Amino acid sequence: MTIRKTLSTAIRALRRNITRSALTVLGIVIGIAAVIAMMEIGKGSSGSIAKTIASMGANNLQIFPGTAATGGVSFGGGTSLTLTAEDCEAILRECSAVASAAPLVRARPQLVYQDKNWVPTFVFGTTPAYLTVRDWAQLAEGDIFTDADVRNASRVCVVGQTLVRELFGGENPVGKEIRVKNVAFTVMGVLTPKGANAFGMDQDDILLAPWTTIKYRVSGQSNASTATTATTTASSNSADTTYPGAASVFPAASSSSTGDNPMPPRFANIDQIIMAATSSDQIRPAMREVTALLRERHRLQPGEADDFSIRDMTESANALASTTNMMTNLLLAVALISLVVGGVGIMNIMLVSVTERTREIGLRMAVGARSRDILRQFLTEATLLCLVGGLLGLALGRGAALMVQKFLRWPVESSVEAIVASIVVSAFVGIVFGFYPAWKASRLDPIEALRYE
Amino acid sequence: MPDDLVKLHDIRRTFHMGEISVHVLRGISLEIERGAYVALTGSSGSGKTTLMNLLGCLDRPTSGEYWLDGTEVSRLSSDARALIRNKKIGFVFQNFNLLPRTTALEQVMMPLAYTNTGLSDRDARERAAGLLKMVGLGERMDHRPSQLSGGQQQRVAIARALINQPPVLFADEPTGNLDSRTTAEILEMFDRLNRTEGITIILVTHDPTVAGHARRNIRLRDGMIESDTTREGPPKEINHHRRVAEIAE
Repeated sequence: MTIRKTLSTAIRALRRNITRSALTVLGIVIGIAAVIAMMEIGKGSSGSIAKTIASMGANNLQIFPGTAATGGVSFGGGTSLTLTAEDCEAILRECSAVASAAPLVRARPQLVYQDKNWVPTFVFGTTPAYLTVRDWAQLAEGDIFTDADVRNASRVCVVGQTLVRELFGGENPVGKEIRVKNVAFTVMGVLTPKGANAFGMDQDDILLAPWTTIKYRVSGQSNASTATTATTTASSNSADTTYPGAASVFPAASSSSTGDNPMPPRFANIDQIIMAATSSDQIRPAMREVTALLRERHRLQPGEADDFSIRDMTESANALASTTNMMTNLLLAVALISLVVGGVGIMNIMLVSVTERTREIGLRMAVGARSRDILRQFLTEATLLCLVGGLLGLALGRGAALMVQKFLRWPVESSVEAIVASIVVSAFVGIVFGFYPAWKASRLDPIEALRYE
Repeated sequence: MPDDLVKLHDIRRTFHMGEISVHVLRGISLEIERGAYVALTGSSGSGKTTLMNLLGCLDRPTSGEYWLDGTEVSRLSSDARALIRNKKIGFVFQNFNLLPRTTALEQVMMPLAYTNTGLSDRDARERAAGLLKMVGLGERMDHRPSQLSGGQQQRVAIARALINQPPVLFADEPTGNLDSRTTAEILEMFDRLNRTEGITIILVTHDPTVAGHARRNIRLRDGMIESDTTREGPPKEINHHRRVAEIAE
């Protein structure tokens, strides 16, 4: 019996009892529709959950300069002057697993606005990329400073919600001028509230400014910095007394010491680089890439220790991974249950169908159908039903997911795997659950089948 | 001997029901030549239906030999017997056994689905239509069983039995569900098929009128042949070489 004949026989048999076929298909339609809708809605939810957790910094990596040590005395983490803003740019340029990166210069100055003063927890000199890294791109008011501001060491800043409350008494600070350690800054924007971080620190108690401005105008020298040459800002504000470069802590190197140590001086070291991996599973590759790149840039010989350290947010990252895992497993369980229910429905109807069509089976055998022809016919019928049901269910499920997105505004994410899987699975369900009835049909004795009433 | 279509030698059939063995056929030997018209009669429980199932290759004897059209078929596998049923045997049943909600034309074409001939769809359709015309249903090819009378349904079944041009037609109580007028019609059709197409007809019946149409009457009793009488009928006008296909065209 050729495939074409089997197919046409199966289709004819299904069309002969269109109501029963439709009812059988309904089970699979609902099953597959549930799977697709669940997958799309679930994936959307899990995606937005992952995004929420990621915004807490789960994908973030931090690079600190290494330890300086003299004569066996270590000065603790972050004391060597090895990280530069160029390192940060190089990472962004060359490490494919890194989505964004920003340099960080820390300070702890007092802020003054009119008659109020405040010392924020965080004063960060950085680039606009910082907000991307922290997943904080939306501003409540105004704008973030630009890369040009960073180049020019402009005296601009954006402030967090706590500062607005403490310093400005709740009024809109955009355009206002505040003094940071006697340097006047114009407030360009206000950050959206972010609340406390995992350790209870108020993340809204923050001021962000171009790192060049903080480093050269506010701190004069960063907490670890010594001799620096502000190449980028040399011409812009030489009259300013707080401008760096005026003071040199170290005496000028003698010609002999320059000869002994041909390393070019590192300009403009920064306190930290903060970066975000492209996704949670790219954290490890990102760490590998960055380590390799920085070792090369810092000209470290093999066997020499790193002059920097990279930290990831293991705790948050684990939370993210376990949440995503749990969501996936939950969805899988729901999908499996729906499919089993649909499959049992198919088996049920096919068994009824075999009983009801006993005489037909007997007749087919009497006119020359072999057992395997009967088996194939019933299997084909079941598989066809499941495939048709799968396709209808796919359409229905997608429709339902889109409706949910449109009317309930739930996040929905279509997934190609779910679509492919549901088609494959529905065919598989047809074969698996169709097999027992088909086998039963093929084992009928033609004599008894013909006499069946 | 070479013209014996059916040859049985000491056929026995025993059914085992738990501990009890029931000997339904107890040594049947007979020959039926090509073109014969045979009625198997006997009271119920005489084994005529079991014999019919064996002759129709639906069942296998417990022992004995069965030659059908020159082949020993009693030891064939079920697949091989399915092929024999498809190619060499036509069945007509008491309850017609038509597929529900299927047109007469499709009913007749149905056995072709299990035949490995390179018959095109159009040829198959033409052959089925020819057979339906031959049984007088040329106008009702698109009718479903529910739109046909009992006699018409049985004629569709006869056309279906002939689609693969079998040399022998088995009929199990073919008129059991029909009234006397349609019974006469169907019997007339059997007569014609036997006389002009040369098809061997073997039918099981307990109706003496039906048995009267056959030229040979084999009577069974308790699993053995009680009597085997051949009626002296009018001279045969059988052309052995004429086959159904030629008529159908």
